[in-house]
Amino acid sequence: MAIPAIKIENVHKHFDDFHALKGLDLTVNQGEFFGLLGPNGAGKSTLINILAGLLRPSEGNVSVMGHDVVTDYQAARMALGVVPQELVFDPFFNVREMLRFQAGYFGRGKENDAWVDEVIESLGLTDKAHTNMRRLSGGMKRRALIAQALAHKPPVIVLDEPTAGVDVELRQLMWGFIRRLNQEGHTVILTTHYLEEAEELCSRVAMMKQGEVVALDTTANLLNKFPSKNLCLKLSAGNMPASLSSMVKHQDGQTYVLTLTELSQVEFALSELRKANAVIEDMQLNEADLEDVFLSLVGGA
Amino acid sequence: MSLINAQTRGVYTLFKKEVLRFWRVAFQTIASPMITALLYLLIFSHVLADRVQVYDNVAYTAFLIPGLIMMSLLQNSFANTSSSLVQSKVMGNIVFVLLTPLTYLQFFIAFLAGAVVRGFVVGFSIYLVAIFFVDLPIMHIGWVLVFALLGSALLGTFGIIAGIWAERFDQMAAFQNFVIMPLTFLSGVFYSIHSLPPIWQTISHFNPFFYMIDGFRYGFFGQGDISPWVSLGVVLTFLVLLVALSLKMLKSGYKLRG
Repeated sequence: MAIPAIKIENVHKHFDDFHALKGLDLTVNQGEFFGLLGPNGAGKSTLINILAGLLRPSEGNVSVMGHDVVTDYQAARMALGVVPQELVFDPFFNVREMLRFQAGYFGRGKENDAWVDEVIESLGLTDKAHTNMRRLSGGMKRRALIAQALAHKPPVIVLDEPTAGVDVELRQLMWGFIRRLNQEGHTVILTTHYLEEAEELCSRVAMMKQGEVVALDTTANLLNKFPSKNLCLKLSAGNMPASLSSMVKHQDGQTYVLTLTELSQVEFALSELRKANAVIEDMQLNEADLEDVFLSLVGGA
Repeated sequence: MSLINAQTRGVYTLFKKEVLRFWRVAFQTIASPMITALLYLLIFSHVLADRVQVYDNVAYTAFLIPGLIMMSLLQNSFANTSSSLVQSKVMGNIVFVLLTPLTYLQFFIAFLAGAVVRGFVVGFSIYLVAIFFVDLPIMHIGWVLVFALLGSALLGTFGIIAGIWAERFDQMAAFQNFVIMPLTFLSGVFYSIHSLPPIWQTISHFNPFFYMIDGFRYGFFGQGDISPWVSLGVVLTFLVLLVALSLKMLKSGYKLRG
């Protein structure tokens, strides 16, 4: 069997009194597009920083492409490209210089320049290749940050909330490129707050809450496990009867979203509304999305 | 490509980045200390030239120059590592280096080599300008180079320690004003410590800067306040201690890795 891209075994991390990671186990296989979801403070960034060697685990083992991140850190880091969450940059250099330096730290030389140029082009940075990092706009800095993580062509790519504050155009460009890299065999691990992003891109998802993995499955299975549907109703007269209030997930004026566990509940809902003399102006029935799964696992209990 | 080559290239790249970092702002990092040193030279030589005679056959102006060269070399070696580290910590771009396979020893070597180059560039620039105006012999080039190398390495290492320790620019400024400046000015840059009251002479003997400057000056004039061999011993001892401390900090990941 192939070596897993990432293997996390019983990892604990303590910050003084705070128990940030509580015995995490997780395996990401080579070639996967893996999503790591969870609210702020769930431990996603702590986990990524341990992978990257910026933090050391208090207990447990983590390896990248079979190389332990503590005992064999050089090989582990060689295999890993991390896009940090913060928009950091070095104000002394231009984009191409930074990327060549970054590749150089990993021992790559001139033979790597073609790849650096390819990354620059794919991320739409060609016009800015000779622009000082300081003069780039926020979106361009974000692109450069992604390019830096890819400069040494790592087999495993970790993106820590890369789309926070990024416009739609860049998001599409970025995902187009990352998806291509994934198709070419790179493993991609993504943390994000945008659930539709994870739903669209990730083949498998782990959901974290307070330092633990609370769900781990393929995206399709997670969605099937919670076979709920959303019934969206807009009332032009009358109110939502009390008998339906337990099903209301969301209300915005006269627009209600009801969670249904079975399709037969549609009929029940409609008859209750009729009894209450409510008039339906518009109605929609939608499949549940990852957000519903996420909320039921992380938000609710 | 073999692994050895890849490792060497990693260190070399970081070293190159450290050198380019100060070279890009050469006006601030080279020209500005040069002008400062030449102003000192102009003023002190005018005021003191007729009054102070430190060694026989050595004009005060000539005596002053090696002190000024060494002072600038030391301060700039310190500034290179310390400001680079503090800046990249405050800006957050230190992660770009921390994410790489570079070992703590490679990190140390690259930063230190950058500091030595900055020290030498500044020191040599001042020398080149000074010899236009003043007749300055070099009796023992070996001692000059040894003390320039050890001095810049010592202060470069000290800068690494300060840069790792300091979390903000004001902490670094305090370090510079309360440690580096007093040590430079109380080291015999402008005078021979024999002209000081006995108590200050004793205190000066605990200042490593004194030995670096005295040994360096010995290389020019063949005479100094103490034997260059003693200075060499003291400077080497301090260097070994500081290198050990900074490597210990880097190895443990102190303030860099959690």
